Amino acid sequence: MPAGPVPGPAAVVGGEAAQQDAASWSPSTVEVERRAYRRSRATRSAAVSAVSTVVVLGVLAWLVTHSEGWPRVQETFFSWDKAVSSFPAVLKGLWLNIRLMIVCGISILVLGLTLAIMRTLRGPIFFPLRLIATVYVDLFRGLPLLLLLLLLGLGVPALRLPNVPTELVFWGAVAIVLSYSAYVAEVFRAGIESVHPSQRAASRALGLSNGQTLRHVVLPQAVRRVTPPLMNDFVSLQKDSGLIAVLGATDAIRAAQIETASDFNYTPYVVAGVLFLCLTIPMARLTDHVARKQGWHGAGGAL
Amino acid sequence: MTSESATTPTGGAAPDAPLLTVRGLRKSFGEHVVLHDVDLEVQPGECVVLIGASGSGKSTLLRCVNLLEQVDDGVITLGGLDITDPRVDADEVRSRTGIVFQAYNLFPHLSVLDNVTLAPRRVHRVARAEAERRAMAMLDRVGLAEKARARPDDLSGGQQQRVAIARAMVNSPQLLLLDEVTSALDPELVGEVLDLLRDLRAEGMTMILSTHEMGFARNVADTVCFLDGGRILEQGAPAEVLGAPREPRTRQFLSRLVS
Repeated sequence: MPAGPVPGPAAVVGGEAAQQDAASWSPSTVEVERRAYRRSRATRSAAVSAVSTVVVLGVLAWLVTHSEGWPRVQETFFSWDKAVSSFPAVLKGLWLNIRLMIVCGISILVLGLTLAIMRTLRGPIFFPLRLIATVYVDLFRGLPLLLLLLLLGLGVPALRLPNVPTELVFWGAVAIVLSYSAYVAEVFRAGIESVHPSQRAASRALGLSNGQTLRHVVLPQAVRRVTPPLMNDFVSLQKDSGLIAVLGATDAIRAAQIETASDFNYTPYVVAGVLFLCLTIPMARLTDHVARKQGWHGAGGAL
Repeated sequence: MTSESATTPTGGAAPDAPLLTVRGLRKSFGEHVVLHDVDLEVQPGECVVLIGASGSGKSTLLRCVNLLEQVDDGVITLGGLDITDPRVDADEVRSRTGIVFQAYNLFPHLSVLDNVTLAPRRVHRVARAEAERRAMAMLDRVGLAEKARARPDDLSGGQQQRVAIARAMVNSPQLLLLDEVTSALDPELVGEVLDLLRDLRAEGMTMILSTHEMGFARNVADTVCFLDGGRILEQGAPAEVLGAPREPRTRQFLSRLVS
């Protein structure tokens, strides 16, 4: 059957011919014209957005670089020489942030998931566990992270308790894990409770135990659903690992502070900031990507 | 593909000015071609019923007519305007057609009344009082005026589907599309929805509906189209297509339904 609209008198079309034209189909002149039009619109949109971006950014850049205080700002915050000289120290400090972030990230996931499961347990025997988890979340979500850091990082080592580590970084990490796992527990709990009860019923009806239901049916769906907010918390953790600088541990921020102290040039802080962005921006893009993929799954069939 | 003038209800519509024409329509999702070269004409006041197995392309055809899908090829005109032209305002075209879905698709966070007034108020900029007056008239029409303040979740499936029809009808569309609107309903709730559609049909509403209710199709349709594998295999008056099908495939489909 030739391509294009052939409004022949036949209300009845041969079924066998159906298969043939699927492969040999080519768009009609109307469709070719429509595609050309859509392409030209797309090209136009791209051109408009490119021009408007260049103009807006150009005007902003001109305004900033031609303002009165710009030379002083440039010297104090964007000194290339200072950036180069301070870079190795700040990068070395950042290595501490990265290690802290990985160790804390894993601990937070484990503790957060445990707390979430504790809070969703049913049955009277589990009441103490539920109570502990609830109180824990209320407490550590409510306390400022900085307060926890000072309390644990400076307070506990000063006690010189037997068999208790005294390293600043260790207690800094503990404070971060305590605070973040309370948030992450709530994210997990929201995910667990968003799984429809009929899923549990179907699983229990097949003879799976409560624990097996949680492990094989509820958690896989819950974790998938809360991945975007979890990624969000992970990006936030990357920045907050810098807070241990207040304890005196030499991370990227503390290293920048030391470099700055010699001549009151603030460029090292900018260097540290850029390095943090190099960690968090790829993470944010990854989060978007994951969220978009999950959005597709939610769209459903449209046949 | 002239509609059967003998069964055209309003009779006044000029047969040379169809409300909707579909010519050489093709639609695929990836590799899968859902509609092949579909031709269809709908006269004002006509009721066209699409029948066919699941996956035969009935829903996709309706979604193409409402511009919910971008067609691969072919031309659809509504009231003489080529609505597949990318230059037309799709929202304006959609506001002239109403669609009702199998799963109702009511907005669960809005009351029944707010579901019906949403489009008049936000799209057509009708004042709240006027929109509510029209919505109440339409809800009264579908027999649910007393449920105006209820939430969709508090209604039965049949009631929800009647609200969805009221929501589609409140903008006075030229064409009403109904996609298996009774398939998700309990058997005893199907009747109330079909009765409503029969009334709308008697008032001269132009509609295209897909259904598995053959008795209803026989009763209400001016034209029945049997779709198979994305093609209209057979179309004509219900007595012909349902009573004396010419195609073996149509006969096979109908015999399976009866048994």
